[in-house]
Amino acid sequence: MQPALRSLWEVVRSAGAPSGRFLWGAEASVDIGALAGASSLSGPLDELRGRAVLIRTRDQLSAALALIELDGVARRLVLCPHDLADEHVPYVVDAAEIDALVVDRDAPAVAAGRAVVRSSPQLTAIRGERRAGEQTEWVLLTSGTTGAPKLLIHNLQTFAGAIAGFSATATSQVWSSFYDMRRYGGMVLFLRGISSGGSLVLGGVDEPVASFLGRAAARGVTHLTGSPSLWRRALMSPAASLISPRHVRLSGEVVDQAILDRLRAAYPQAEITHAFASTEGGLAFEVTDGLAGFPASFIGRKGGVVELKIEDGSLRMRSIRTAVRYLGPNAPTLKDADGFVDTGDMVELRGDRYFFTGRRDGVINVGGLKFYPEEIEAVVNQHPQVRMALARTKKSSITGSLVVAEVVLRENAGGNGQQVKDEILQLCRGALARHKVPAVISIVPALPVGPSGKLLRHHE
Amino acid sequence: MSIRSQIVALFEEVAREQGRKLSPLSDSLNLLETGLDSLSFAIVVARLEETLGVDPFSAARGTAFPVTIGDFVKFYEDARK
Repeated sequence: MQPALRSLWEVVRSAGAPSGRFLWGAEASVDIGALAGASSLSGPLDELRGRAVLIRTRDQLSAALALIELDGVARRLVLCPHDLADEHVPYVVDAAEIDALVVDRDAPAVAAGRAVVRSSPQLTAIRGERRAGEQTEWVLLTSGTTGAPKLLIHNLQTFAGAIAGFSATATSQVWSSFYDMRRYGGMVLFLRGISSGGSLVLGGVDEPVASFLGRAAARGVTHLTGSPSLWRRALMSPAASLISPRHVRLSGEVVDQAILDRLRAAYPQAEITHAFASTEGGLAFEVTDGLAGFPASFIGRKGGVVELKIEDGSLRMRSIRTAVRYLGPNAPTLKDADGFVDTGDMVELRGDRYFFTGRRDGVINVGGLKFYPEEIEAVVNQHPQVRMALARTKKSSITGSLVVAEVVLRENAGGNGQQVKDEILQLCRGALARHKVPAVISIVPALPVGPSGKLLRHHE
Repeated sequence: MSIRSQIVALFEEVAREQGRKLSPLSDSLNLLETGLDSLSFAIVVARLEETLGVDPFSAARGTAFPVTIGDFVKFYEDARK
């Protein structure tokens, strides 16, 4: 457990060798050791000391540098994902009481009257001291159902579990993730990487999968994290065979047996871990036995860092890793009277194992019968020709709505789409209750994956 | 495959999947007497939209809804012109 007031910069600086550790971005790279005597920030540190700072940079490398340099200096750092629509920025600025901004391009209109500092991977002289004066709040954004983001407060302590101890083999470690470090899953990987003494490969904005995998392969990536949807998409690229990670990690969405099996086949030398984590609840647990779901024994265990319980069908957790609270006007209550956070993820016990069935707020209701799209997708994904699947409702001119499934097939799946569709339907009929069997299977060229790495769902 | 034969094949396929007993299909058979329930019918229409790219039911104002199998086939043939 880290002592309070230790800053991220101190963690990074004390993690092993001063040189030979890099942050390799898509457009620029930084020698981590160089940060000892140089800075990515164009203004004096004192300009941002004690302030609530909005980090709104396009590239995550600039955001990462700002976080390292300003943790302990600023009062609050809001990590603005690059895809946050301009229309939501004023809300974020008000909710977080922003009085300073760090940008890598032109400052947005809200910057008027506020201090603005530029961040760039082209380092210049440090202006001021990186003296850790306070426990800085890290504010992460998550998408709310109405489109406006929700703001959650974390800090170096809630992420303490991600801070690794330095090890002798660290310098050969290369860490990377498909998603951005401004999202919870990406942040965990980022912190593990920079606290380990190794190097990191950071993805670029809208960087094509093949390009990212090519760069990661060139740097010898050893630890790679992604959501199941991002991994499924990566496996469809020929570039997937360029990398040879020792540690493959999944989080962010329901992990089904099909993707675990495919990853094991693609990377037989790798240890495959799936983690259950969310921005609200933090990191709950990791599963390394190669099976979907998690052992029933995880529930109710006492004395660990995380306590888990199930209530109303969803998983709840209590730990020092959960977010501190929501931030903003009309902020909902994060924890119940006992300090448990509802993850909103529904679970089902089968034998001595729990399986995730889906998000509570993702439940589909067709003709009064309820189910979760993930249940259908897990079955459809079992078909050997299927690479990705999406179950959703579609308006029917006859009955109101129907359940349909869209699938992306393996390349060279062969001529007969009709045959594959029939086989998929047969799989579904064998494994699912009748009302969950899709009415139509559509073959599509791709399925949209959002910036958080999750399959984008839309229902008619 | 003509539109007619695609439609017939679909009625048979969906009836089989949904466990419905399909009446012998003829142009004069009323749609309500085919043996399909409304869910099965909705599935047929959804799959026709998938293959033919049209759903004439969503465009129709209700005045010209098909009554028989023969009407149904013409409904789709007209939509595809």
